[in-house]
Amino acid sequence: MRSFLRDALLKGMATISSPGAGQAALEEVARALGERARRRLGRSLSIREVDAGSCNGCELEIHALNNPVYDVERFGLKFVASPRHADVLLVTGPVTWNMREALLRTFEAMPAPKWVVGVGDCAADCGVFAGSPAVVGPLSGILPVDLHVRGCPPPPLDIVKGLLALIEAPG
Amino acid sequence: MTPLALADVITGREPGPDGYVRLDVPAATWEALAAGCAAGLHQMSALWADRGEMRLALNDDERHLRAIVSLRTDGGTYPSVARHHAPALRLERAMRDLYGTHPDGLPDPRPWLDHGRWPGRTRDERYEFLPVEGDGLHQIPVGPVHAGIIEPGHFRFTANGETVVRLEQRLGYVHKGVEGLFAGADLERGARLAGRISGDSTVAYAWAFARAVEAALGWPVPPRALLLRAIMAELERMAHHISDVGAICNDASVIAIHAQCALQREDVLATTQVCLGHRLMMDRVVPGGVAADLSSEGTGAVRSLLSRLEATNGEIRRVYDSMPSLQDRTVTTGIAAPELVRQYAAGGFVGRAAGLAFDARKTFAYAPYDTLEFSVRTRTTSDVDARLMVRLDEIDDSVRMVGQLLDRLTPGAVRSEPPTAVAAGEGAALVEAFRGDVFVSVRLGADGRLARVHPRDASWFQWPLLEAAIEGNIVADFPICNKSFNCSYSGHDL
Repeated sequence: MRSFLRDALLKGMATISSPGAGQAALEEVARALGERARRRLGRSLSIREVDAGSCNGCELEIHALNNPVYDVERFGLKFVASPRHADVLLVTGPVTWNMREALLRTFEAMPAPKWVVGVGDCAADCGVFAGSPAVVGPLSGILPVDLHVRGCPPPPLDIVKGLLALIEAPG
Repeated sequence: MTPLALADVITGREPGPDGYVRLDVPAATWEALAAGCAAGLHQMSALWADRGEMRLALNDDERHLRAIVSLRTDGGTYPSVARHHAPALRLERAMRDLYGTHPDGLPDPRPWLDHGRWPGRTRDERYEFLPVEGDGLHQIPVGPVHAGIIEPGHFRFTANGETVVRLEQRLGYVHKGVEGLFAGADLERGARLAGRISGDSTVAYAWAFARAVEAALGWPVPPRALLLRAIMAELERMAHHISDVGAICNDASVIAIHAQCALQREDVLATTQVCLGHRLMMDRVVPGGVAADLSSEGTGAVRSLLSRLEATNGEIRRVYDSMPSLQDRTVTTGIAAPELVRQYAAGGFVGRAAGLAFDARKTFAYAPYDTLEFSVRTRTTSDVDARLMVRLDEIDDSVRMVGQLLDRLTPGAVRSEPPTAVAAGEGAALVEAFRGDVFVSVRLGADGRLARVHPRDASWFQWPLLEAAIEGNIVADFPICNKSFNCSYSGHDL
């Protein structure tokens, strides 16, 4: 355990500096929410993640957001266990018929105002699973999506940039 | 029913280029082989439906024999395997839901992947959980949406006070019709789909798919590509082993180890991003070879990563060994009875922690593992601690393996051209993913497209053991038990 402490003191900080909000994400958020609505979000966001049929690749990268390198809690982004505490629903996967109801119930359990962010190509257009009869269709056909973070899976840095667009003023 | 041993059924038959003997059997032999699984004469590896036939992949681990036996069904009706051998139960329920087969004598008629939500097949009746009777029992329903960032599934606990009396799982929430999407796809799309059956095992699945296709077509793979595949597979294994060790310690509130493990995992992923162009190495293994090469700088970067991994792993082990309060949470927690583990022929660290010396890289060695020096790491206590220790041991082994593989890399092609003659054919492969062996069977149509693909995740034979392992433990220990198994939902739900 001493070596951990020594490393912490000598090796310097593992955490990277803020990458800033992604430009494309900022524009998408501005279109979806407008400046006034976004100001209501303040600088703190509670996020409830729901896997609506992903291959678990996106979950691995969302997990990484909490590791010491990305450490998104320093930006005020916090993953919460209950939808009742959440401002943002972070959804992955192509939305399967078997997960549809649980996804809708989670959204309904969140207090307004609330926002929906789709992570990964599957959430945007069902990705490689498009056309399967077991899949309902893109997330945007089921819930109002405010922001998409594309990628298969998107690297953590892209997810951070997207989420920062929700809380940072442009420019 | 007198059990029949696989070894006796296939004597004198030559295996195909993929190592599998293929034969058609009558119903009586089918049932006798199922009874043979139950008697421990051989192991069940997979069970699937294909064009009016049922197929059973069987392994004889001791004699290193493998076979795929086919039974022509009577309009979908065939004698249930689960009637003799319980581990086939979920597989048969899943195949019935997807393909309308009728396993005659199936002990549990409830649907499995079909939740009554698919278009044209909607039902309103409730899914009945198995009855649990006794004084002072209460139920705790958990999921499908869990508290953390994990995949969805439902756990129905029945507890007496703090003690879990029974756990019943209900899975299938992330069923996205993977097998249906494979049908009619070309090989390139097939490889992309295979890499997304379970994202955490993307290299292993893409490799199993590629090997099955290559066996079906007689498609040779350049030696450098084989080495690169194994390097990627071992990097994938180490990334998951190290982060899961951290996650288990995190569940025992030792966040210092968790932070170190998370950093080390990130180090692996940052290296694969730079050297191979994708953090998870998705779409890097393709039929005929690999779609990424390691430059000389890349080789150097992987070598320096190995020394950091070895140092971190050693330190994690020292810290773990020095913390009785942590071991208090892991030792004797979540014991999966070794006789059950043997019955289910569970692969991966779940099997090896119970003393089962099965590792697809060894038992049914495939190139380049057939020429690598390593041993199968086993423990005997079958608890959270044993599963964690197997993984720490395997990280050390993988570090050494990747070192050996890098030494052997010589310049050369990394992908070969597909054979020009298109022909129908079949192939199957078993690849050791980080959580256990994944099986992929491929049947190609005469047009060169995929006619039928069946992937079987290691989790099929590990999920049921988690139900058994949690019995008698306190509810609060479920997360740590669950993490020590880390089964795949997506790989199971398909």
